[in-house]
Amino acid sequence: MGVIQDKVLPSTLYKVGGLGEISMTTVDFFIDWARKSSIWPLTFGLACCAIEMMAAYATRFDVNRLGVIPRPSPRQADLMIIAGTVTKKMAPAIEKLYNQMPDPRFVISMGACSNCGGPYYDSYSVVKGVDRIIPVDVYIPGCPPRPEALLNAILALQNKIDKISAQKRALAFKAG
Amino acid sequence: MLSGPSFETKMERVSETEMLLNMGPQHPSTHGVLRVVLKLDGEVVTGAAMDLGYLHRGVEKLAENRTYGQFTILTDRDDYLCAMLNNWSYALAVEKLLKVEIPQRAEYLRVIVGELNRIASHLLFIGTFGIDIGAFTPFLYAFGREREMILDLFEQLCGARITYNYVRIGGVSNDVPDGWVEKARKFVAHMRNCLKEYDDLLSYNPIFMDRTKGIGVLKKEMAISYGVTGPNLRASGVPMDLRKDAPYGIYSKFQFTAAVRQNGDCWDRYMVRRDEIAESCSILDQALEGLVAGEIMGKVPKANLRPPAGESYAQLEGARGVLGVYIVSDGGLSPYRLHLRAPSFINLAMLQDMLKGWKVADVVAILGSIDIVLGEVDR
Repeated sequence: MGVIQDKVLPSTLYKVGGLGEISMTTVDFFIDWARKSSIWPLTFGLACCAIEMMAAYATRFDVNRLGVIPRPSPRQADLMIIAGTVTKKMAPAIEKLYNQMPDPRFVISMGACSNCGGPYYDSYSVVKGVDRIIPVDVYIPGCPPRPEALLNAILALQNKIDKISAQKRALAFKAG
Repeated sequence: MLSGPSFETKMERVSETEMLLNMGPQHPSTHGVLRVVLKLDGEVVTGAAMDLGYLHRGVEKLAENRTYGQFTILTDRDDYLCAMLNNWSYALAVEKLLKVEIPQRAEYLRVIVGELNRIASHLLFIGTFGIDIGAFTPFLYAFGREREMILDLFEQLCGARITYNYVRIGGVSNDVPDGWVEKARKFVAHMRNCLKEYDDLLSYNPIFMDRTKGIGVLKKEMAISYGVTGPNLRASGVPMDLRKDAPYGIYSKFQFTAAVRQNGDCWDRYMVRRDEIAESCSILDQALEGLVAGEIMGKVPKANLRPPAGESYAQLEGARGVLGVYIVSDGGLSPYRLHLRAPSFINLAMLQDMLKGWKVADVVAILGSIDIVLGEVDR
């Protein structure tokens, strides 16, 4: 008997004689809950921010406790953390990797460089913000941001994922 | 992306028995955004071509539009694993132009933060090299525990974890807070014990030794002819260390030996870095003991810094080799031309020869063992 007990799920528990408990919930809530508690980011570091991203995966900050497990292949990744400077030579590769990821996919732009160019705002070879090539869900300011800031961004992304089904329903309602 | 123009110029046509394998720019063990195109015969590498420039940010050009003080923050981001040493090499070059005298306390603080940063950089190497070979645990100790302790010390000193902007032209930005020296001493003692732990975990682990001993041998002659410097050169039996051979700052005051190994294989390159941590610990002991009181900033104008026209070159022993900065000044507010001699870039050149004849699995070990930072390679 699969038992799901989580404060996030608005569920009712039914006791089944001798077998345990059954939880009832909506499919939408269940899918959102599953999505947000197992975000797999693509292991993809670009520059200095990647070191802070590694620090977030390591002992002290331990982002794994949020269900975030780095994945080296875009085919099985949900999240792309753009950690570092996006150059004009790198941009096509980033676009390609993003297109290889399955839906739903999310992007966190980590650090000043990928937000807007940062300290390289006037360089001839730097893309001034990764949002010029792919859509971004969460921006983290800082140069480089602390690992805590990345944790906060993942929590922000979880909040966003929570609302996906609700938004879809609202859109469907509007469309009639 | 496989058949880019850069590839065709670097490699001849592939024969019927050979295949091409593209490694990077997104690959978990290229340590950044390096792309290597391998030509394979079965599992043996018969040719390798590096494709650089995925992190080219045009730092040298940007220097022409920044004032001397402003450019320090860009040196932080070149080699982001030992930013203190980058700050220091740039400050040395500008100070040479200005002919300014640095206070003794600032010199000591530079040595202390420089050596701490060297340890932090080597700790990251131990962690990531372990992951490349298949040992995940050393990463959690070296990177997640000891390196964080160093970052804590730096944070108390200057407020930043990676990009410090601490070593300024003429001195350093902040004096140490109360109790910092004691904390640093405690860390050095802790670090010495940890080295034994790493030896048990990784250095003498039979699987690790099998994967690295005798693999990717870099001969002494080849290392010298490619201009390799730093731990990679010392692992091939050449005892070249600028801290010994051409002492800058106050390094002539300290007693230490340059770590040297003879075989030039992956394991030796690892062990040289491990030995260097011990050497840095002994330098740190002496520097923390000898830290004198006094000023931390020399007589340098805070604004409108205009070094006299001329040129200067300064170099120091970075965590990856000889880190040089060449500046041409025309007497203006920003450098007329600035060039960085990035050790990673020069160390990377030998890879195309070194990879030939090894298996695909060894490529990752060899690439990991030369410890490059792409921020510095591409600049």
